[in-house]
Amino acid sequence: MSDAETVMSGQETKIVIAGFGGQGVVVAGNIIARACVIEGRNVTGMISYGAEMRGGTANATVVISEGEIASPVVETPDMAIIMNQPSLDKFEPVIAGGGLLILNTSLVDRRPHRDDLRAVQIAASQIAHELGNVRVANIVALGAFIRKTKLLRPASVEQAIADLFASKKAALVELNIRALNEGMARLVEAS
Amino acid sequence: MKILLKGNEVMCEAAIQAGCRFFAGYPITPQNEVPEYMSHRMPAVGGAFVQAESEIAAINMLFGASAAGARCMTSSSSPGISLKQEGISYITAAELPCVIANMQRGGPGLGNIRASQADYWQAVKGGGHGDYRLIVLGPSTLPELYTLTMNAFDYADHYRNPVLILGDGILGQMAEPVELTPYAPVVDLPEKDFVLDGCAGRKPRVIKTLYLRPALELVHRNELLQAKYDKISSELSLFEEIETADAELIVAAYGITARIAKGAVRTARRNGLKVGMIRPITLWPFPEEPFMRAARTAEKFLVVEMSNGQFIEDVKLATACRRPVEFLGKGGGWYPTPEAIFEKISTMCEKSLAD
Repeated sequence: MSDAETVMSGQETKIVIAGFGGQGVVVAGNIIARACVIEGRNVTGMISYGAEMRGGTANATVVISEGEIASPVVETPDMAIIMNQPSLDKFEPVIAGGGLLILNTSLVDRRPHRDDLRAVQIAASQIAHELGNVRVANIVALGAFIRKTKLLRPASVEQAIADLFASKKAALVELNIRALNEGMARLVEAS
Repeated sequence: MKILLKGNEVMCEAAIQAGCRFFAGYPITPQNEVPEYMSHRMPAVGGAFVQAESEIAAINMLFGASAAGARCMTSSSSPGISLKQEGISYITAAELPCVIANMQRGGPGLGNIRASQADYWQAVKGGGHGDYRLIVLGPSTLPELYTLTMNAFDYADHYRNPVLILGDGILGQMAEPVELTPYAPVVDLPEKDFVLDGCAGRKPRVIKTLYLRPALELVHRNELLQAKYDKISSELSLFEEIETADAELIVAAYGITARIAKGAVRTARRNGLKVGMIRPITLWPFPEEPFMRAARTAEKFLVVEMSNGQFIEDVKLATACRRPVEFLGKGGGWYPTPEAIFEKISTMCEKSLAD
């Protein structure tokens, strides 16, 4: 079964994006959700807020479905974009069996312990640094995510980025789209 | 065109669309996006936003704003709603329309900032003093939150009574695509003949809540209020029914919990289990009719709520305890998953077969 088929076979696709505060996990979740709206799909977004954000990880949860979405709160995500080591420690145990991890290998220093998960590596922070702004690491990881899962059309994600940064400088939109494309091009399938 | 908004923002935009032009509130998680949104949106539409010095001040500002004829709103979360109760009792006694939103969080006390449904009794049974009723609405999704918030202003004006939107931290914080449809009144809106706007050329009007003489005047006031509540009860009953006709087990839930439970009910049906659901949308007046009807045909009920068991009492009353009612719920910020609800449903259905 291809990854795209895996995604479509479930009624709901539950995604978590996790990292430390400032890594743009909320923005990444927002872009995924906006891209879903552009594609006319059902989506919910939920940001973990409050005391949790002061510690190791901040996270955003997105649920995508062709039908009605039951719960915006997710206990066992199908896929996770993991931006740092504490997020891997926190979410690896709860990912659904057969689930997918997108690992920011710049800040994740171990392989997953579980052998029933699939993993894709992307040196997101390093690539973002090369692009001139480490803050777009989230978008690099997002690029790897959409390339691997084929869950969203790249054009919708680009549109979502353009919409989200519409009030900002055009250069910022351009940088983020470059980051997206780099992420799509430079992911590494874990052996 | 659908746009992606957080629940708190959806509620604010609905209020603005419905003509709300006065908002007073005080920050508290998980409803902080409400005053934040209102602080820039209200001035933009020529309305007034007040960050009050306290929740108590905010609700009393609504007392004044409503007496002056404005469509007005306040919002808070559980501990802040407790503080507003005195003002709510006064506004209800004065028969003034206003909209109050409670994005509930875990309690009792300062509790936590996770979502909860533990303020059900406070909302539907009267959290303040005296015999009064609030119209209480329990939205389950963000599109419904949008519609019901607009409707809330209409019901408030139509019945001259406060309307409470009973949400929770998930509903307030989650984002979902919503179509921001234009406002259209859903009930007849009577002329506001109570407004205190200067009595030049007409008889002075009085809005008061103190009735000392004659001795039985307050009894008469209470009779008038009760007659109004009876009228509301006979006219207003909103609910959603899912596959109840042949259901052996009926799940009862409201608000965000009903949304989650619906997923479990769909799974149960796919697994061949005869399960239906009743979701009250008006929590007061409580929609008794679908429950009475279901109690004649279904074998048992399951109540799911994010509290230690409050809404379940109304389900037992509405079914006159004719059928067993089981419970799945916890207070303090516990969330049900569709999987946990389905598991409970399966266990109850297996037990039925064994009996």
